Amino acid sequence: MLVKISGELRQRIFDQMEATYPNEGGGFLLGENEENEVTVRDIIQVRNVFAVEEQHHRYAMTPQDWMRLEDQADDLGLSLVGYYHSHPDSPALPSEYDREHALPNFVYIITSVAMGRAEDMRAWRLLADRSRFDALQLRID
Amino acid sequence: MAKIRIPTPLRAFTGGAADIDVAGGTVGEALNNLVEQHPELRAHLFNEDELRSFVNIFIGDEDIRFLQGLDTEIEATESLRIIPSIAGGRGQRMEN
Repeated sequence: MLVKISGELRQRIFDQMEATYPNEGGGFLLGENEENEVTVRDIIQVRNVFAVEEQHHRYAMTPQDWMRLEDQADDLGLSLVGYYHSHPDSPALPSEYDREHALPNFVYIITSVAMGRAEDMRAWRLLADRSRFDALQLRID
Repeated sequence: MAKIRIPTPLRAFTGGAADIDVAGGTVGEALNNLVEQHPELRAHLFNEDELRSFVNIFIGDEDIRFLQGLDTEIEATESLRIIPSIAGGRGQRMEN
């Protein structure tokens, strides 16, 4: 599967994730989901509600954030196609914690932020049997 | 019949439908009816017979965990909504 995102949106994610460093940050990806191709049209940053002392390695949103943004995406004629978050001083690889909390048919963009600088972005998708994530091709347009 | 709103990523398992009519007098019965209609949903909603920790069921603005959980009684006109808790986090810290 191919994930397409503009250079401008990628930079916005990098800027947000650097601003939340050394804590984790994240938000939703809005866009279009077609067969074998997801196009990210917009990103919406969402506040990390995990306990502050755990935010250096954990990120969470509230269910109310999901409701509000799913309705907003529907109103815009877009879909919630995925979510993004950062891994401070850690590779852009999904963790076991990520897998346990993941949904299928959803793009997971992870940004590695090393020493305060966003330096790697990768896209992943949970397999339908929940066994592992597949790496997706990420194209910056 | 009551309705359950399906979160966007799981609509692939309901033929793209956002709202599914379900039978049942409790939230648990309604969810069982949902996964009988759409069996591929089960693995993503339940871990054995327990709701997965990141799966929330709302009736209006109320989380069923603050009502009677899966035993919460529902009316035939009720609208339920499945809301995932989005969470993530890094594994091992990189060597610098």
